[in-house]
Amino acid sequence: MAAPKRVERPLSPFMIGPYYRPQMTSISSILTRITGNGLVVAALLAVWWLLAAATSDDYFAVANAVVTSWFGDLVFTLSLWAVWYHYLAGLRHLYFDAGKGLDIPTAEKLGWACIIGSVVLTVITILLVQ
Amino acid sequence: MRYLTARKRAEFRGSAHHGTEHHWSMTVSAVGLALLVPAWLYVFGSALGGTREEVLATFARPFPAIVTALLLVVGMRHFAMGATTMIEDYARGTTRKMLIIGVVALSWAIAATGLYALVRIAL
Repeated sequence: MAAPKRVERPLSPFMIGPYYRPQMTSISSILTRITGNGLVVAALLAVWWLLAAATSDDYFAVANAVVTSWFGDLVFTLSLWAVWYHYLAGLRHLYFDAGKGLDIPTAEKLGWACIIGSVVLTVITILLVQ
Repeated sequence: MRYLTARKRAEFRGSAHHGTEHHWSMTVSAVGLALLVPAWLYVFGSALGGTREEVLATFARPFPAIVTALLLVVGMRHFAMGATTMIEDYARGTTRKMLIIGVVALSWAIAATGLYALVRIAL
């Protein structure tokens, strides 16, 4: 039985750049993956903080110091943007799945809507909960 | 001469070996998260930076506790399945299997830890 010939193709998204011009559609797609998977860092930090709060004053003091430090602020601010970006990109995905918005001008506008909308929502959230 | 038909050679190669359950499950959890995430961001954002007493008081209330519990379960399942898709794109063979098992275990561990903390606070 002949083994199927393995063709060496560039793996998505690593074709963007050397082989493929960056476009709104491809960049907004890969950002969805990066933000979604990156959010596990915020999940770990938030759950650790909640566990510390449930455990003792001493443990909470340690976790709260980390979470409210510049490092915690950085992680949670970036994660807040990530969650809003992933949120809007997810809604766009549901819209695409319904077979709508797939023509190039609309798809590119929706990409910009995700990027600009996520920044706006991040600022609104920070103002609302601070 | 080829003894195998084109279909026989294509079968079981490259597909996920099942139907659209994965995609549908991501769709359902995405809609659930679309409702949960704004509520939880408000709950968590308001609690963050407070004293331990304030944090305990927040998560002892029914709405924050229930939203957080739902987010932990739905969010971590959504993460495990999404991360599985990413791993399937970039890794093969045993590495792929070990990474998928690792990510599923990690997401259950995060969900269980969060639920344990919630139970201790709220009950």
